Amino acid sequence: MTEAVRQYEPVIGIEIHVQLATRTKMFCGCELSFGEEPNTRTCPVCLAHPGVLPVTNAEAVHFGLMIGLALGCEIAPSSIFHRKNYFYPDSPKAYQISQYDIPLCTGGRLGDVRIHRVHLEEDAAKLVHAGSSGRIHGAESSVVDFNRCGTPLVEIVTEPDLRSAAEAAEFGRLLQATLRRMGVSDVNMEEGSLRVDANVSIRPAGQASFGTKTELKNMNSFRFLERGIEAEVARQEQLLAEGGTIQQETLHFDPEAGSLTSLRSKEEAHDYRYFPEPDLVPMAPTEEMLVRARAALPELPAARAERLERELELPADTAKLLSFRSELGDFYETALAADSDHPRRLANWTINELTAAVGDGDPADTKLEPPVLARLVAMVADKQVSASAAREVLAVLIAKGGDPAQVIEAQGLGRAGEEELGDIVDRAIADNPDAVEKIRAGKQQAIGALVGAVMRETKGRADGGEVQQMIRAKLGE
Amino acid sequence: MSDLLGLTAATQAELIASGEVSGAEVFEFWRGRAAEDDLGAYLWVEEETPADPGRLPPVAVKDLFCVEGVPSSAGSRILEGYLPVYTATSVRNLQEAGAAVLGKTNQDEFAMGSSNENSGFGPVQNPWDRGRVPGGSSGGSAAAVAAGTAPWAIGTDTGGSIRQPASLCGIVGLKPTYGAVSRYGMIAFASSLDQCGPLTRDVTDAALMLRALEGRDPCDSTSLGLPEAVTLPSAERLDGLRFGAWGLAEEGLDPGVAEVCRRTLDRIEELGGGVQEIELPSAGHGISAYYVVAPAEASANLARYDGVRYGYRSPHYDDLLGMYENTRAEGFGEEVKRRIMIGTYALSSGYYEAYYGTAQKVRSKIAQDFAAAFEQVDFVVTPTSPTVAFELGERTADPLAMYLSDYFTVPMPLAGIPAVSIPCGLSEGLPVGFQIAGPAFSESRILDAAYALERTIGFEGVPVP
Ligand SMILES: [Zn+2]
Repeated sequence: MTEAVRQYEPVIGIEIHVQLATRTKMFCGCELSFGEEPNTRTCPVCLAHPGVLPVTNAEAVHFGLMIGLALGCEIAPSSIFHRKNYFYPDSPKAYQISQYDIPLCTGGRLGDVRIHRVHLEEDAAKLVHAGSSGRIHGAESSVVDFNRCGTPLVEIVTEPDLRSAAEAAEFGRLLQATLRRMGVSDVNMEEGSLRVDANVSIRPAGQASFGTKTELKNMNSFRFLERGIEAEVARQEQLLAEGGTIQQETLHFDPEAGSLTSLRSKEEAHDYRYFPEPDLVPMAPTEEMLVRARAALPELPAARAERLERELELPADTAKLLSFRSELGDFYETALAADSDHPRRLANWTINELTAAVGDGDPADTKLEPPVLARLVAMVADKQVSASAAREVLAVLIAKGGDPAQVIEAQGLGRAGEEELGDIVDRAIADNPDAVEKIRAGKQQAIGALVGAVMRETKGRADGGEVQQMIRAKLGE
Repeated sequence: MSDLLGLTAATQAELIASGEVSGAEVFEFWRGRAAEDDLGAYLWVEEETPADPGRLPPVAVKDLFCVEGVPSSAGSRILEGYLPVYTATSVRNLQEAGAAVLGKTNQDEFAMGSSNENSGFGPVQNPWDRGRVPGGSSGGSAAAVAAGTAPWAIGTDTGGSIRQPASLCGIVGLKPTYGAVSRYGMIAFASSLDQCGPLTRDVTDAALMLRALEGRDPCDSTSLGLPEAVTLPSAERLDGLRFGAWGLAEEGLDPGVAEVCRRTLDRIEELGGGVQEIELPSAGHGISAYYVVAPAEASANLARYDGVRYGYRSPHYDDLLGMYENTRAEGFGEEVKRRIMIGTYALSSGYYEAYYGTAQKVRSKIAQDFAAAFEQVDFVVTPTSPTVAFELGERTADPLAMYLSDYFTVPMPLAGIPAVSIPCGLSEGLPVGFQIAGPAFSESRILDAAYALERTIGFEGVPVP
């Protein structure tokens, strides 16, 4: 990238659609679908039969209020639904019931990013196109699965406050962690319960007004979001550098090819003919509803990270990791409640050793009990077991459960005693005359070969530093 | 048994209650009458007598009410043969009160019309003069009750679709307060205006049916029900009640209709009521506002008829757009297409404020006019229709003339208030309707006043040839 190109500043805003984890759909009594047979979660209302009417899901409104309060939004005293009209087979009414000029929540903030609005709407049905094209044009036939149709959605729109692809992805992860913590959505991007669009523009550094923006649609991971925005920023920079102009358009990012394709330009933009939905009455949250929503809010990731950093003096990155993955944070804090002597060491064990073992899974789903982890970490701290032996113990505890002391005993993983260690060191010195020679000749790094031999012999039950000291003592160094 | 023909539904209910006649016998009688309909009033007649026909005589149901397993097409070819999988709340309420479904009645397609000539299944003849229209859109329901092929019926009123055909057929038609009766299962025309109500022989029957129909429905967020139970009307006098007369000097009001209505005002005074002329300054713009709001809502409500899930699908298409276009071009009638286009235009970006926005403002002004009027008077009274029944084909080529048929009935639904039309006499041998409107939820009072008037008018039904 040349210096000339670098003078542009990206301006990014994010729109996130979240499927709410309510029991039933937004405007009918059908239960939400989780991979059931197609068209088994339907009724006359969500199939838009003649004569049916929508009824707003109170739980969806409750979740919407929770999200609005969590993001510090202003809750509209009375918000209304509109009809957004368009013909497509994924929309059986040929309009989506959504919110338009009076949304449920406005304003707000998450981290450093201002929230523009939060509103409620309904999801569309799923189309499956048979044939090679995979799209409706050129498909041999298309079938519709209405199971998803009418699933409650919350749309969260930020102000254009993000200045890099990395910031956008970081914000997305914080929002995802926040919503997951609240239990209002599965926030699974691959399954589509969380979908991200990004509005991207660039402007000369220092310029206050915005450039023409493009919209990146439906990226199904934050990594792709980041790469997509990077690609789009680069494309815009190159276009401007070549003297071109940016077209307002909707783009699709192909993560495999790394390419951007235009979906539709502004000239083809729909006229959605929005008008107030006459079948619904305004949503006017009562004080009681607001109190209930507020009471339902748990401690949110940003606040938790701040608390862990402040109260336990954890490093910022560690605190953030424990907060963004609340299952780790929960495990950690439960363990800490059992033994609060080693908060940092316990945190490191949680985010390093434990996650190495469980991956993206929840440690609570293993046989390991949080207080047991705390006990093991305490034994490491008290030098009753070496760190490397403790890793082996942890693997056993995760797989089979039990008590660390018993596992150590049973597997002979207890720290080698001084006498035993002395014998082993003596043997190592005797077996490695070359290394001894070199050490005596002043090549200090040659001691590694002796330490390695001792560690192999003790199967990790000794502490490397202690072994080194003992070797030096025995060699009279 | 043919005695039943001359009896009101309420009287028949009494006979069933006293055991003089069984519900099954009453149902059988009316099923036979409905099967003999030769006015085009019915699109479907029940063939079997239900196991338990109930404590009330059976009811003829406008085609746009969904009845499980019964053809319900809203008078449209696009829904020909459509069998609903559920029953409208209003119909279920009637069934639970003891009135079985007798048949489905003809109507203007999707309730768009004032003559029933817009039906996808042919026109309906007025039993008073077979060369004339029965009014619309609930023309089949009105004609069936007037001709004695149904003891009573339900219809829907959006801009006058209960009251105007009741007027043209010489029967009673009540449009309740918006929200009094559930709209769930009524195939929608204009959601903010549509309301279900009775078409009956007399005022008592209307009250009896309203009692069964009304109620809050959890399936309809806009439904409220009536705050108090409907009482059967009993007033003999109108002492102390003030009636505000509107529209009798309007241009376009037929002189014969005006004359009969003036005589009705005299009768109000004879019964002790006070009559004064009132102004409703914005009500004259009702038709203009109505023909923006109703088509706008209809353009969205009718968008679901796309050939994808049910109803008619054109066999002529190569792609999705072609299927949509041909299905709708072939399935909808001319008037429906006209209103979809008007409504789509009115909601278009750049025109929304000028049309839909302005129409909504007019709508609130009309509501304010009524609110101001009800400070001075208890009821607003008008002719129901500017003319008596017109000839079949007379106005089909002139939509504006047709739209003006609803001049006196459109302001009330725009304001959400109830109104009843009762027959008040004949002009040129054809019935004239008199409309009584009151504030929201004043149904019982309106019906009481209508009852007192009905007794003194002594209107006879269709003359037996
Ligand atoms: Zn459903």
